[in-house]
Amino acid sequence: MAPSLEAPEPVEDVLANPLKQKPNLVAPEPEHCPGPESEQAGTADSCAGCPNQKICASTPKGPDPDLPLITARLAGVKHKILVLSGKGGVGKSTLTAQLAHAFATNPDSTVGVMDTDICGPSIPKMLGVESETIHVSSSGWSPVWAMDNLAVMSIQFMLPNRDDAIIWRGPKKNGLIKQFLKDVEWGDLDFLLVDTPPGTSDEHLSVNTFLKQSSIEGAVVVTTPQEVSLLDVRKEIDFCRKAGIRILGLVENMSLFVCPKCTHASEIFKATTGGGRALAHEMGIPFLGSVPLDPRIGMACDYGESFFDSFPDSPACVALKHVVRGLAEQIGLDPNQVVPEG
Amino acid sequence: MSLSKVKHIVLVLSGKGGVGKSSITTQLALSLSLAGHSVGVLDVDLTGPSIPRMFAIEDAKVTQAPGGWLPILVHDADPSGGIGSLRVMSLGFLLPRRGDAVVWRGPKKTAMVRQFLSDVFWDELDYLLIDTPPGTSDEHISLAETLLQKARPEQLAGAVVVTTPQAVATADVRKELNFCTKTGIRVLGVIENMSGFVCPNCSECTNIFMSGGGEVMAKDFNVRFLGRIPIDPQFLVLIETGKTPRYPEGTKVNGQDISTPAGETVAEDGTRDSGLLVHKYKSCSLAPIFNTITADVISAVQQGGGKER
Repeated sequence: MAPSLEAPEPVEDVLANPLKQKPNLVAPEPEHCPGPESEQAGTADSCAGCPNQKICASTPKGPDPDLPLITARLAGVKHKILVLSGKGGVGKSTLTAQLAHAFATNPDSTVGVMDTDICGPSIPKMLGVESETIHVSSSGWSPVWAMDNLAVMSIQFMLPNRDDAIIWRGPKKNGLIKQFLKDVEWGDLDFLLVDTPPGTSDEHLSVNTFLKQSSIEGAVVVTTPQEVSLLDVRKEIDFCRKAGIRILGLVENMSLFVCPKCTHASEIFKATTGGGRALAHEMGIPFLGSVPLDPRIGMACDYGESFFDSFPDSPACVALKHVVRGLAEQIGLDPNQVVPEG
Repeated sequence: MSLSKVKHIVLVLSGKGGVGKSSITTQLALSLSLAGHSVGVLDVDLTGPSIPRMFAIEDAKVTQAPGGWLPILVHDADPSGGIGSLRVMSLGFLLPRRGDAVVWRGPKKTAMVRQFLSDVFWDELDYLLIDTPPGTSDEHISLAETLLQKARPEQLAGAVVVTTPQAVATADVRKELNFCTKTGIRVLGVIENMSGFVCPNCSECTNIFMSGGGEVMAKDFNVRFLGRIPIDPQFLVLIETGKTPRYPEGTKVNGQDISTPAGETVAEDGTRDSGLLVHKYKSCSLAPIFNTITADVISAVQQGGGKER
């Protein structure tokens, strides 16, 4: 008999069963393993006959003992902000990189960026530190400093070759994200920006679990105007709601394209259903602004430059500044201190 | 195995999100169908399925049959018009509400991918296109494992890899090409999407995301370059609102005039144009480009044997 193609289980169930500590296994995980860290470890139907069953079943239930260590490590971080989107390629990393640059323009603030996109890390390239490597000291891993006050952590720094594929399943990704939080010497940061991969899966659940105790300030959700994208972003907002992550605001990226020759504005990704603004209204979350599509943003990212420094007068830069100021207000900061007007 | 009646399986992959895997999958499917082949599309993007929206069948629900599930029919074969049938399967059809989040960890995703491969009843198909989420993780490993184990070697034709031109995208897609090498999946070719945007007002072409990055990458990895696809907002309008693409007078693609004949009325209300998506797509400026790409993909599939790698 075929297994039933049941509807997906409620999000609340997944969130209510965070990962446990991973036990030391005696044999590789079998095909239908529920995951040695999961609540069903050792007790699921597929565990019968597995050499690991006893070990999995006897691992103490309850929260991961590493959680207090993470909380202690991040005690000096003032604002932890996630950048999320259900959809890929809408500009999560671009926005993260530009937010980091914007926050770092104030020399008194220290900013950290953590890239949790394990399979497609873009942050190192966008911040111009692609060829750096991590240094390990007795007290932990030192992040890579892109500027005097901008620290970066990404799996890209750990790859022997730039183009190596990271073919990892969920549990391995969770392990690395934990290490990024537990073992990296973030020090005293004013902002920790967490860039995420698209979707609502392992990485998102892990970041949520690991940071819960040390409190997440909230999430910035990025979208593009067309419904195909809004559809996935709606799922991400649903996830945040259920996980109790506050949504600081929605940013609509790639809104209009102004032809450099005739200055005709085209809606490339046409907002047939009202775009980000309508979605923010529908969901009752703040709308932080629309950022137009400017080829120079992409170029600044390819070369790892700050778009704010390179093209300060462009409309896209003005729009981005507006977004940063709106975000600063949402987290209770004076916008003029974060990004000075003008 | 429910794939037994499928002749060729083609994966659509990309390390980067939002480069157009789903829209490329959709257009390959339409193009193959226009060429008279019977096509199936399997969407294994579990947390962000876009395929139901692409084919405007978001309200469809999967029917259960003894021992498995029946895919959703988009349109039936029309031998007189030379059009092959098109069927679709996606997790989107199983969700009670379209805005619901699907929050799954790896093992659950793996199980679902396996189920999709083993329990969906595909009828006789010339091509099964598999649309994937971005990355090289659970879904991809499970797909590769299951297909390499269970599909007949001549069935698994290979992968079409999609990228956009800018370096930030190709950096991730290079990882995907290495994934294909490591898992032994043959790369049928690379498509560079969003390569240039033609201003509808002045016909000036701007390379919003630069241009040429995909071709350079294909050369570096010694795989076939299938072509560049420009951004056509009319294609998005077709997907989003069901309107037949219309172009101002004098619009040319590869020297062929595709502008909408003068005098044809344009209904500016919210209604969808009647007719099948596959027929409306023929008026899109991208259709001739995909016609060529599809022919190249077919010839690459038929060559077989992994000569390109």
